[in-house]
Amino acid sequence: MAEPALELRDLNKAYGALTVTDHVSLALPDGEFHAIIGPNGAGKTTLIHQISGLVPSDSGSVRLAGHDVTDLSLPERVHRGLVRSFQITSILPGFSALENVALAVQARQGSSFRFFGRAREETRLNDPAMQALEEVGLGKRAGVRAGLLSHGEKRQLEIAIALAAQPRVLLLDEPLAGTGPEESAVLIALMQRLRGRMTILLIEHDMEAVFALAERVSVLVYGRIIASGPPAAVRDDPEVRTAYLGEEGG
Amino acid sequence: MTMPPENGPGFLKREAVPVLLFALLALVPFVAALGAESYLLSLVTRVMIFAIAALSLDLILGYGALVSFGHAAFLGLGGYAVGILSAHGQTDALVQLPVALAVSALFALITGALSLRTKGVYFIMITLAFGQMAFFLAVSLAAYGGDDGMTLPGRSKLFGMDLIKNDRAFYYAVLLALLGAYGLCRSIVVSRFGRVIRGARENPQRMAAIGFPLFRYQLVGYVIAGTLCGLAGFLLANQAEFVSPAYMTWQRSGELIVMVVLGGLGTLHGAIIGAAAFLLLEEWLSGFTEHWKMIFGPFLVLVVLFARGGLMGAIRRIGGGGGHG
Repeated sequence: MAEPALELRDLNKAYGALTVTDHVSLALPDGEFHAIIGPNGAGKTTLIHQISGLVPSDSGSVRLAGHDVTDLSLPERVHRGLVRSFQITSILPGFSALENVALAVQARQGSSFRFFGRAREETRLNDPAMQALEEVGLGKRAGVRAGLLSHGEKRQLEIAIALAAQPRVLLLDEPLAGTGPEESAVLIALMQRLRGRMTILLIEHDMEAVFALAERVSVLVYGRIIASGPPAAVRDDPEVRTAYLGEEGG
Repeated sequence: MTMPPENGPGFLKREAVPVLLFALLALVPFVAALGAESYLLSLVTRVMIFAIAALSLDLILGYGALVSFGHAAFLGLGGYAVGILSAHGQTDALVQLPVALAVSALFALITGALSLRTKGVYFIMITLAFGQMAFFLAVSLAAYGGDDGMTLPGRSKLFGMDLIKNDRAFYYAVLLALLGAYGLCRSIVVSRFGRVIRGARENPQRMAAIGFPLFRYQLVGYVIAGTLCGLAGFLLANQAEFVSPAYMTWQRSGELIVMVVLGGLGTLHGAIIGAAAFLLLEEWLSGFTEHWKMIFGPFLVLVVLFARGGLMGAIRRIGGGGGHG
């Protein structure tokens, strides 16, 4: 049997007396689009931080295609193909959109201990970066300073940066946070296109988006996964309905 | 994405400030020959030496947002390398200069490896602490003058010859060093490496999530900056023909930061202009009163408040664009 692309084994995290991640185990087969939903404060973002290596886990392990990456740092995990986006837009505002993405290409391609030659003019870096930008629909905005992009465009840019790192597993932390309906539609269509090309773990509040995109959904409440399965089954799970969906699901 | 061509008609306009700056510096000896030659040469030589030190600090402070408060230590290390070697009869620059650079690089490597594990205010404090350690080490060197410092037998020789003994020759040697340091820094900041350093200034978390282990890049940047400042120390000792712990006081580190901020952070030629403005103002104001800092302080406050981006920022606004961002 093939190893899961991403596997969490009994992950735990507590801040003092507050348990944020409570014995979370999860396995994503290669190519799966998996979503984690849960009410505010359920520990979704902490879980992503643990998976990506931004925050260390108290115990448990994170495995990438069968390899234990628990002790690797965030940049090291990126080089193993585990790439993330951030809930709060995280870009380099003073760099052009193209340069934001070109840096991600630079990180995986060749050495960055080069002190001569203009990085901004390297086609080896710019061409793949441009491709990623076009893929997310930002091709025409390549030369614009990232800080001047609209909110929705910044979210697209973040995905382009992640794509340029050539992820095998992509962690998306609320990519729709703060976007308007039109911006959401663009991003949902983009995620639709990414489906199947890589393993994706999506954390999202927008139920409509989650149920449209995900092949499997896990529900996180107080740091614990209370249900996991196909969207329809999760939606009808009585425990989920009382704990989370409440009247919204009624 | 289209980039302005490297050469072509836009070049002079874009590079107006550095071209003008270096042309001016090259002409100084001719003007000096008309009168007050040794005074003017020595003043501008000093300006250029501190410009190298400020440049090196701008590389990590302006482009990397690493506020090092112990940068003057490298001036001292470079200086004492000359002093101590001379005291033992080794007066050739071919030996002194590599030793000065190597000692500075090593000190930067060790202190940087420890300092860069901290962030923000803690980084400022720990670099200050290392700077003070270097200072007190120099004070304790009784064999080499201790507190009082030591006088050198003369300027460094080159291939055993007194090539930079003449003030004018030394002036051009320093100008060449400044030009080289400036060219090197300009190349670094737009290179792949420089882009990582600049990215870390903008958003370190994003850089880590892109896949850059920032520590090693910042450490290499710190070593480059320290080594370049060691070069300034080597030149300073040669100009004064004297080294003392005063090279490395924390006030001196502060002055270097002031030069960079005054000129405009992250512009490189701004650091040169800042060093010139600082030292020339010091020279001019101290002619009126020994309490010249009482005038200089408020002036600095005004620059920081009203000329954001320092003197380079002001030049850019007056010139309506130009310069490099």
